[in-house]
Amino acid sequence: MIDLVNVAKTYYSKAGDIKALQPTDLHIRSGEIFGIIGLSGAGKSTLVRCINMLERPSSGQVFVDGQELTKMSEKELRKVRRSIGMIFQHFNLLASRTVYDNIAFPLEIQGLSKSEIAKKVQPLLELVQLEDRADYYPSQLSGGQKQRVGIARALASDPKVLLCDEATSALDPQTTKSILDLLQNINKKLGLTIVLITHQMEVVKAICDRVAVIENGVIVEQGSMVEVFTQPQHPTTKEFTKSVINAELPEIIKKMALSDTYEEGSKLIVRLTFLGDSAGEPIVSGMVKRFDVEVSIIYGNIDQLKDTPFGILIVEVAGEKNNIAAALDYLHARELKTEVIGYEL
Amino acid sequence: MSSEMIDLLLKSFWETCYMVGASTLLATLIGLPLGVILTVTRRDHILPNQPLNTVLGAVVNATRSTPFIILMVAIIPLTRFIVGSSIGTTAAIVPLTISAAPFIARIIESSLLEISPGVIEAAEAMGASPMQIITKVLIPEARHSIVLGVTLAIISLIGYSAMAGTLGGGGLGDLAIRYGYQRFQMDVMVATVVVLIFMVQAMQSLGDWLSKKLNKNKL
Repeated sequence: MIDLVNVAKTYYSKAGDIKALQPTDLHIRSGEIFGIIGLSGAGKSTLVRCINMLERPSSGQVFVDGQELTKMSEKELRKVRRSIGMIFQHFNLLASRTVYDNIAFPLEIQGLSKSEIAKKVQPLLELVQLEDRADYYPSQLSGGQKQRVGIARALASDPKVLLCDEATSALDPQTTKSILDLLQNINKKLGLTIVLITHQMEVVKAICDRVAVIENGVIVEQGSMVEVFTQPQHPTTKEFTKSVINAELPEIIKKMALSDTYEEGSKLIVRLTFLGDSAGEPIVSGMVKRFDVEVSIIYGNIDQLKDTPFGILIVEVAGEKNNIAAALDYLHARELKTEVIGYEL
Repeated sequence: MSSEMIDLLLKSFWETCYMVGASTLLATLIGLPLGVILTVTRRDHILPNQPLNTVLGAVVNATRSTPFIILMVAIIPLTRFIVGSSIGTTAAIVPLTISAAPFIARIIESSLLEISPGVIEAAEAMGASPMQIITKVLIPEARHSIVLGVTLAIISLIGYSAMAGTLGGGGLGDLAIRYGYQRFQMDVMVATVVVLIFMVQAMQSLGDWLSKKLNKNKL
């Protein structure tokens, strides 16, 4: 749906040129929710603005829905932009217009008649659950309601793509969740391709199918969200994922006196990482039933990466040497990641 | 005060209203597009055009820095060309308009600059043309602030119109000078000033009320 080929952006100024975006390739599939995550100043705003050409790239090509935007004149671009909706961190609603008139705005620009506009605005008000707020002004709305208006406005011209520029960064966690639910809902219902830029890992975790990590104008890592989150490669990605998935060992285990090999009477400490369907398997009771071992849980964390359950469990396995070894083999044979941390004396 | 004087006061009041009203209307008609151009041709705005911005800015500044009384005398040939005479109430409208237009242009410019760049960007992202951004975003969003600015211009025009009176323009200022000052009729002087105070108060209240009504930022 969206293809960026070798897109770069440099801001020229007397004080020195700023390379906001190094030559970047990006491919976003139709109907997916694609996250671009980075710290402020990483170039993510520039990147997303290159998609609808609010920022003209210094070099490279931009394709949206098969059309090359980088070849177009301003006039042609204005037409194409109608099929690319955009929502913003600070909502950017027109303060002098009511909710209804804000949603009608893009349609007015296209020259639709009043009755045509009414036909489109009404269902949008229902979609974002603001039917009873149609005559309110933005200043009378909460942040979440304002963003709902922003979403309805962006959807008014039946876009194929929705760009979200830090759309939830100004909202509290609960409102963020409701906005993300709404985005996911319209993604499914309308088959809309959503590009979402954010610095909030929780946002990517909740709704993105694929993700790109950007730093200093360079995409340092990209791939399926679950993969990038569970097996981060780049240090920046690791730093980001740390806040959501704690890959470090808990303090209580760090303090333990551990040895690498089994000694008489020691207990096996093992970390199990579950992903997807394996999260439903009764691993612990399976071990206890099959082998004469005692299993106690030291640490546990279960999370959800979009629709994929993801869990970490650190367990202590006590018993005879042979039984522990057999239990370990059993774990290795399962569809989960098993890491031996050590043997506690 | 004799009834003759009251008639004269009333006549002068209407002359002032006529001068101020007509010059406000004309100055706004000139100042609004001028203010819009001064705004949108800025470097970071929707139609950047540095040379045009610089030239226009210089013209506006030059007009604004010329004292009104000098401007009025200096443009007498132009006034005569437009109105056919350089004396009279209608003739006074020309210098009043020319002095108020750049003032209004600057006021409109500063009102338009208050609009957040994000709102303009949102309109661009929806495919709005520069003209649509001007007529559907910039001016409607700034209207409450523009109303306050025009109120300010009306009040200074009331002051200037008194000066225009000295060139045979008529109006309250003329009355105050000729009867109150030159003929030592203190009552006329006081009455004129009271009427002027009343006018300014009324205009300011009207402007405040209208601006508040149009402002949807604080509800």
